[in-house]
Amino acid sequence: MNKPKMKSFTEPKTVTDYPLGATCPSDHITSINAGWRTYRPVIDQEKCVLCMRCFLVCPDGVIDKSSDRLEIDYDFCKGCGVCAYECKPKAIKMVKEAEFNG
Amino acid sequence: MMPKITAKNLTNDELFYGHKACGGCGESLAVRLAMKILGERTFASLPAGCMSAVSFIYPNMAFKTNAIITPFASTGAVAAGVAAGLKALGIENTYSVGFAGDGGTADIGLQALSGAIDRGDQIIYFCNDNEAYMNTGIQKSGLTPYGTRTTTSPAGENLPGSVTTKKNMFEIVAAHDIAYAATASVGYLEDYMMKVEKAKSVKGTSYIHILAPCPTGWGTPSEITISLAKEAVDCGLWYLAEYENGEFKLNKDPKAFTPVADYVKKQGRFKHLTETDIEHLETQRDKKWLKMRRDWNK
Amino acid sequence: MARKFISGNDAVAEGVRLARPHVISAYPITPQTIVVERLSDFCEDGSLKAIYMHVESEHSALAAAMGVSSVGARAFTATSSQGLLYMAENLPYASGARMPIVMMNANRALATPWNIYGDQMDSMFLLNAGWIQVYVEDAQEALDMMIQSYKIAEDPRVMTPFMVNLDGFVLTHTYEVVDVPEQELVDAYLPPLKLAENMMSLEAPKSLCITAGNNFNMEFKIKQNEEMNASTAIIAEVDASFAEVFGRKYHGLLEAIACDDAEVILITTGSVTGTSRMIIEEYRNKGHKVGLIKLRYLRPFPTEALAKVLKDAKAVGVVDKNISFGYEGTIFTNVNSAILQSGLTPKVHNFICGLGGRDVTKENIREMFDALLSSAAGDSCEKIHYMNVRCAL
Repeated sequence: MNKPKMKSFTEPKTVTDYPLGATCPSDHITSINAGWRTYRPVIDQEKCVLCMRCFLVCPDGVIDKSSDRLEIDYDFCKGCGVCAYECKPKAIKMVKEAEFNG
Repeated sequence: MMPKITAKNLTNDELFYGHKACGGCGESLAVRLAMKILGERTFASLPAGCMSAVSFIYPNMAFKTNAIITPFASTGAVAAGVAAGLKALGIENTYSVGFAGDGGTADIGLQALSGAIDRGDQIIYFCNDNEAYMNTGIQKSGLTPYGTRTTTSPAGENLPGSVTTKKNMFEIVAAHDIAYAATASVGYLEDYMMKVEKAKSVKGTSYIHILAPCPTGWGTPSEITISLAKEAVDCGLWYLAEYENGEFKLNKDPKAFTPVADYVKKQGRFKHLTETDIEHLETQRDKKWLKMRRDWNK
Repeated sequence: MARKFISGNDAVAEGVRLARPHVISAYPITPQTIVVERLSDFCEDGSLKAIYMHVESEHSALAAAMGVSSVGARAFTATSSQGLLYMAENLPYASGARMPIVMMNANRALATPWNIYGDQMDSMFLLNAGWIQVYVEDAQEALDMMIQSYKIAEDPRVMTPFMVNLDGFVLTHTYEVVDVPEQELVDAYLPPLKLAENMMSLEAPKSLCITAGNNFNMEFKIKQNEEMNASTAIIAEVDASFAEVFGRKYHGLLEAIACDDAEVILITTGSVTGTSRMIIEEYRNKGHKVGLIKLRYLRPFPTEALAKVLKDAKAVGVVDKNISFGYEGTIFTNVNSAILQSGLTPKVHNFICGLGGRDVTKENIREMFDALLSSAAGDSCEKIHYMNVRCAL
């Protein structure tokens, strides 16, 4: 998978160490969105025809097409269901998140 | 003829990721795809609104490129300043773009946008239209359609929700004789992406107005955002068009519209509409399409 | 170096030309107009190579300047009165973002009633905005401060926007002989702006003007305040280095005139200082122990420097061309705080004058010193004096 990774963040130790101005480096994700989900999308790779529509329509961009199959970055998927709804061959199912939490 | 941008040839790289927008947010998809097409040498200006509110919460920054939050009224002015500064410094092959909401464009941001177009500032201005001030809690804006329930235009015994119609931003911008303007929808993504790609090579100012449903504000399930944005175009309440070389062009002219009733009844913000209200919407739509079909190129 | 007979506004334009801003965002308002007009002339004839943006409002003038500054380019704008208040929300915006923007402000009255003439109501409103504020006495200082302001603002230890105030009409539109330095001398003194750590670049992409919630906001603001307080040192450094290169000294945060043994001291800002210098000479010749402080910077406020000079004064007067309604003149409030914090106990008097461009005459200044001398001698008199009023209260 080739999606942006979290950056480790240690808060500044003194006021002087805070950033100059109201500035922060870009490309600096420090918290995940996984906890938002009630449902998560699961791709049935057999049914998937690799049309890439899910990759296109995901508002959060969590579907990755860099390998030979589509993968979902569950750290940042919010479970909105757009991918499952838009998938023409119905290869994506929305499954209750609770089923994945041990 | 430009090669078509599709899901298959679009870059896998995410330049807008890890933001805190609601699940199913149409606007975040519009920004995500625009950023992929614009690329890493983009300087994005975002005014107060959902996109800025969810992408710059210290220390969590969702943009991979340079990005700046602007004062609410100032998207056009800051983006113009960024473009001028880069030009003065001799930094080339960059894009200075603004991603503003409907309120930040048609209401408080109108003056600065008008000034930027008037000066021919080298910016691409995106109006992400979810038809209300969503970030502050779904209040009515200048782009809220007739009959919309918002938190400042309630629908009740006496009023049908908003009593005004959408300000005609596309034609207001075109009346400046802007270099390039287009309307789009997150329901027609290939069309939108083509327009973003086109804007990249425009000399002067370009404006793209994209309809982007907001599940929270529209009262719709998060998964239907794309199909709802498609239906808005298919039932004629929104349209896909361009203004280029001084001419209007309708990109899509449906032979028949899908029922407005089907479109509105999916949405909590329109639940209160009566048959008369829906007929009124259809009449307004027909009037508009008569003019477009008569006057615009196809 | 050329000697030119020019107005305060012309001098500002010359100073800005020499400072080589990359982009000028201009919106006209009386009595600043000559500044933006002259700058357009310089851009047209090529003596200033800058991009000139005709912005459609003052709010956009500063917004565009913020865009310019955000990518590491040098920005300039100018305004006055209604325009300053129209762009008001952008002042703390720029200062929080630590953008070294320089802005000339022609001090002018605020509506209502409408009045285009000079007083200090406009800049007083924005004292809390986090901008360095200097008040200049004459056209030469105006020109010189346009150069110094960039040098101070762009110092990595400062990185704070800078407002240069000129009294509307009485300074913006009056003429004097001004030394206009050579471009080469200014270029050597004020090198091109280096990209600062908080600005956007392709090499190290940044997110600017971010949100800081209740968990982090206070630390950002404290840092801003501490560093603005510390900028007093850089102000002194630049004053000294400027004097070395250009031969003109302005004494930093404030200038003390005949204060060493003064029994009474009058504190002025801006062009009134010039008139007051003449009265100091007159009264000293008569044997009165009078002193004058030209308060140049109102932000950062020179509490310690002021206290040092006021140490032995028996009566202190503050000239305010402004009122904070329901209270008193704002400079008076600031000075009183410094006096109290320093444990001093002089009699204090506020002289409110010049509102809406009302003349402040030599006679008015004499009246101020007379009031201070009599107060120092033990007579009681009002704390707040309105000067040169047409009729009884």
